[in-house]
Amino acid sequence: MTQPSSPAPALLQIRDVVKDFGGGAVAVNHVSLDVSKGEIFALLGSSGCGKSTLLRMLAGFETPTSGSIVLDGRDLAGLPPYLRPINMMFQSYALFPHLSVWDNIAFGLRRDGMPKDAVTERVDSLLKLTQLGKFTKRKPHQLSGGQQQRVALARSLAKRPQLLLLDEPLGALDKKLREETQIELVNIIEQVGVTCVMVTHDQEEAMTMASRIAVMSEGKILQVGPPGDVYETPATKFVADFIGNVNLMDGTLIEDHADHVIIDCTDCKHYVGHGITGTEGMAVTVALRPEKIHLSRQKPADDFNAAPGTIRELSYFGSFTVYHVRLDSGRMLKVSQANTQRHRDDALTWGDQAWAHWSRSAQVVLTQ
Amino acid sequence: MTTHPTTGESAWWQRIVPSGRGVVIGVPYFWLLLFFLLPFLIVTKISVSEMETVRFKDVLTLKEGLLQLTLKLSNYVFITQDDIYFKTYLASLKYAAVTTALCLAIGYPFAYFMARAKATIQPALLMLVMLPFWTSFLLRVYAWKGLLSENGWVAELLIGLRIDQILFAADLIEAPGKLMNTPFSLVIGMVYTYLPFMILPLYANLAKMDLRLLEAAADLGATPWVAFWKVTVPLSKAGIIAGSMLVFIPCVGEFVIPELLGGPKTLMIGRVLWDEFFSNNDWPLASAVAVVMILLIIVPLAIFNKYQAEATEKRS
Repeated sequence: MTQPSSPAPALLQIRDVVKDFGGGAVAVNHVSLDVSKGEIFALLGSSGCGKSTLLRMLAGFETPTSGSIVLDGRDLAGLPPYLRPINMMFQSYALFPHLSVWDNIAFGLRRDGMPKDAVTERVDSLLKLTQLGKFTKRKPHQLSGGQQQRVALARSLAKRPQLLLLDEPLGALDKKLREETQIELVNIIEQVGVTCVMVTHDQEEAMTMASRIAVMSEGKILQVGPPGDVYETPATKFVADFIGNVNLMDGTLIEDHADHVIIDCTDCKHYVGHGITGTEGMAVTVALRPEKIHLSRQKPADDFNAAPGTIRELSYFGSFTVYHVRLDSGRMLKVSQANTQRHRDDALTWGDQAWAHWSRSAQVVLTQ
Repeated sequence: MTTHPTTGESAWWQRIVPSGRGVVIGVPYFWLLLFFLLPFLIVTKISVSEMETVRFKDVLTLKEGLLQLTLKLSNYVFITQDDIYFKTYLASLKYAAVTTALCLAIGYPFAYFMARAKATIQPALLMLVMLPFWTSFLLRVYAWKGLLSENGWVAELLIGLRIDQILFAADLIEAPGKLMNTPFSLVIGMVYTYLPFMILPLYANLAKMDLRLLEAAADLGATPWVAFWKVTVPLSKAGIIAGSMLVFIPCVGEFVIPELLGGPKTLMIGRVLWDEFFSNNDWPLASAVAVVMILLIIVPLAIFNKYQAEATEKRS
């Protein structure tokens, strides 16, 4: 879903925002972010990382301790939630149980004193967009989880907000439905063209839906970028470990060349085909994604980037298999192999000796 | 044919000994049958019987080999003819309605702020609501006599603030400075007594409300005031109805409070019942009055039950 970021000034500017609830930990710690118009931006982090607090500050339910939030050139400070041109799709939806689907969607429009005809027209178009036409008279409890989610989306889009906030938009759905809904949700948001900030703890959700991701931990933003960048070039060990699976190997930088470096780890020597800023003798960590490692029975030709080991665990997932390889040093290496052939006779199995090897551009060298 | 012990028909003794569930439901039903339905039928029977000096005739008599049913409906006819009954029924409903409305007006904000108070102080607030029950109801109502009669400090305060002039202008007291034995003192006593019965169901309802719904309302452009009327109040409907029924129904038949705090202008049906039973000793007429009263109360109760049933259905 990567989109080129537009050069226009950011629609939403979060400047050095701090939220301190008191009592030690700071929920949101000097966060600055820019979100451009039309973008789907994800705040990704585990629970308690401050992502929801940040979202609640955008909606106006919490007041920043310091810092400013500017939307379309207008500082939102002091503006109560009901005056902000921002709407939110709440976690587990918070639909009004006493109102029908139709009235739930019309709630915000009626508060604005919109004429009846216009309300009807707007609600009907949203019902069409979210394919809820059959359920207008139902109460929320008479709907399935997926239908409730669509009502919540329609309700938050009804007022045509400048900014749409999604709080764990698919968290209440089961896995299969979640995958279908992710795409549907993005299609609707893009059709409407609304700028969107979402909060999620589910990295898959963030990666499939968002055009850019901010990884948060302990109130701070660790890295911001398109999903591919965050995955392939994580800035820190935490990000590498948080997004997807990774093998982290500590080592020492022993040779620093202009176009490559050699890193010595206990198990093997890494040849990294891109320069890094560092000095020889420096302690570094090599991050290696499981799917970038290959397994073979023969020793590979390259002296670098290979390590022998024994297969100790094997998890079959259908489209791919994850091997846990115990290297001779005792380190466990996770290796993921796509199952491109049916019924391989020479398939590796428990107890087999194998060489793990990877290309010269597979690794990321991390210094923090 | 053999039946498997776990899948086949129940053992013979299971058909005789009722199941645990049957007992739990059956005992209160039996209780209500014995001590409510049966006495009510007896009262109904008396209301259509004829008085014979000290006791009344049986409704069913065996005369010359024929079973004869004698229903004397004149008591009911009498109730509709003498307008004192109509007026007292109406007065009872009126005072009960006013009391209910005032309890709601006072109790709702109270229950609301109690439900929104810090979780740690809620049990203490709940305790305060129930504290009056620790002393005798009779004593508490009697105490109002002292507070509202001349030289009572509540009376002096109200007179000092000239509130008695307003009450007099609204025809709630007979003369300025005289607060006791008036519609005013009656309603004060009833509101005071029944307020906890309004607060408790409202509190139970408001405390379990999902506060995110108010955030959702604010997010969609509702000011706190609008959100209160459009979200909080509709969602507490069940609590409002439960509280109102708990206040309204006993208020209609209230006898003690009108007797102690009311006056000549506040004749309620409880007093009329008392007089018919114990002063006039006209049990058939008194029974007829009682039956009509129960019917008057059953109608709102039936509406309430229907609403409750619908609400339960919705939740499931």
